Amino acid sequence: MNEEILIIQRLKKYYPIRRGFFAQEPVLVKAVDGVDLTIRRGETLGLVGESGCGKSTLGRLILRLEDPDEGTITFEGENILSFDDDQLRKFRRNIQIIFQDPYSSLNPRKKVDFIIGEPLAIHGLARGKELEERVVELMKVVGLRAEQRFLYPHQFSGGQRQRIGIARALALQPKLVIADEPVSSLDVSIQAQIVNLLLDLQSEFGLTYLFISHDLNLIEYVSDWVAVMYLGKTVEWANQEVIYDHPIHPYSEALFSAVPTTDPLTKRKRILLEGDVPSPINPPSGCRFHTRCPLRIDFCEKEEPLLNKRPNGSLVACHVR
Amino acid sequence: MEKVEALVELKKNKTAMAGLILICFLLILALIGPWISPHPPLVPDPINRLKGPSWSHPFGTDSLGRDILSRVIYGSRISIIIGLIAVSISLVPGTILGLLSGFYGRKVDEPIMRGMDIMLAFPAILLAIFITAILGPSLLNTMIAVGIVYIPHYARIVRSSVLSLKEQLFVQAVRSLGGSNLRIIFLHIFPNTIPPIIVYATLGMGTAVLQAAALGFLGLGAQPPTPEWGAMLSEGRQYIQNAPHVAAFPGIAIFMLVLGFNLFGDGLRDILDPSLR
Repeated sequence: MNEEILIIQRLKKYYPIRRGFFAQEPVLVKAVDGVDLTIRRGETLGLVGESGCGKSTLGRLILRLEDPDEGTITFEGENILSFDDDQLRKFRRNIQIIFQDPYSSLNPRKKVDFIIGEPLAIHGLARGKELEERVVELMKVVGLRAEQRFLYPHQFSGGQRQRIGIARALALQPKLVIADEPVSSLDVSIQAQIVNLLLDLQSEFGLTYLFISHDLNLIEYVSDWVAVMYLGKTVEWANQEVIYDHPIHPYSEALFSAVPTTDPLTKRKRILLEGDVPSPINPPSGCRFHTRCPLRIDFCEKEEPLLNKRPNGSLVACHVR
Repeated sequence: MEKVEALVELKKNKTAMAGLILICFLLILALIGPWISPHPPLVPDPINRLKGPSWSHPFGTDSLGRDILSRVIYGSRISIIIGLIAVSISLVPGTILGLLSGFYGRKVDEPIMRGMDIMLAFPAILLAIFITAILGPSLLNTMIAVGIVYIPHYARIVRSSVLSLKEQLFVQAVRSLGGSNLRIIFLHIFPNTIPPIIVYATLGMGTAVLQAAALGFLGLGAQPPTPEWGAMLSEGRQYIQNAPHVAAFPGIAIFMLVLGFNLFGDGLRDILDPSLR
């Protein structure tokens, strides 16, 4: 087993929203409400969950684009939440992000060579001729042609733009790359290309990925480990093969039973959850999932389950199983 | 590439082209003025007072016998310069205030924007009169006054585009790369606010010329004998009954310049806006 590169414990982020002009108490949206995760060097952690469960917010917290309200993020043994501005600037080299939307993630008024070279310029790693060489090199790595560096982003297709975004993220040779739904806004044929590119880059540069997605087939394909989030919490964390075959948490079970199979002969039993995801403003008491859980017992409403280790090595937060 | 496309679009846009032609016509007039004006603009000729249009004086003469055509031609220089300088005076501080207030939010935004709101609460001409009254009436002070009055307009426009730009992913991308606030503001946000600024500045040129003319009309702008269109209009008002041409020709000139800038600005907005979103 590889060493742990990123450890997240009890991470919380609440957003205050004011309802009405005269409201005194701000209402809190509990976007991330107690997330525990571990990512090991050179491996990929797939983070799944339905929309609005706090996956992207988690990514932003790890990047320190926003400050969490509670909890710790430890990267290579250092508490990144204690960094001052200067340390933070240096630290940012280690973690990079690939965004979901390749259209708004590139400045429309800058040429590609500026966009890809910018991280190197910011950190003073290369300039002039050397910078240009590095940019060309990076473009080759992600499958773009060197002469395309004088074009503007709007002259590229979605897939090519995503390649530009990947080149920018790789420029600083980061240790951890957060891929926030990197392919979900692309055509299916392009998705495969980009995913394979990401996997090739991983083996070439020994990258570690936090792969955020709601596409379960994709997560199965890329991940070594899978974490399932529900309403701002991790409910299960397990080895990829283990969780796809034997999910333990009832929410994971329902989630993975919805994966369409390519084999028409296997008939899987679908578990249909009732109702909607409750609002993160007023999450249910006790176990957040109890309102929709088929295995609910009275105790679930009272006590919040904590993640604990199961015989197969998974961490699961459930009272019943 | 982008610039070439914009030029092609400009040629297709009839409104913008009409405005551009008007502006160019007046600009050329201003440039070659000294060579084409039939008479010196400042020399009085008491014998030929208030003469109507004739071959030697195509636009007639004013109350001191000066040739109105020559004065209108020289006036175009003044009005174009007023437009340029007044717009620059409002553009530069307005843009900076808008960038700061939009980017840093709350603590910076509140004092700046409330200050701007106070300025906006006064009618533009009243505020301009107030400022010229403090600075004293002169052409330069007119430009300064008109410039100051329109600072809030630019600040608001820039602020609103900064507010939407700073939430864009590419700004967050730069931040996660470790880019400083200054880099984000000047290299990433500012270039994207330029198209709306260009449009507004073009429209603002027309307004500035008009405001300066209004101040000139009230006697607070250019002082006699400067051939400023607003001042000429104001002087002609006294003779509107028996010599309407004295007021009419500077009026038409103001109308043409303002129309030119407005048409061009409107056209530019159509050209630049779709590429924004």
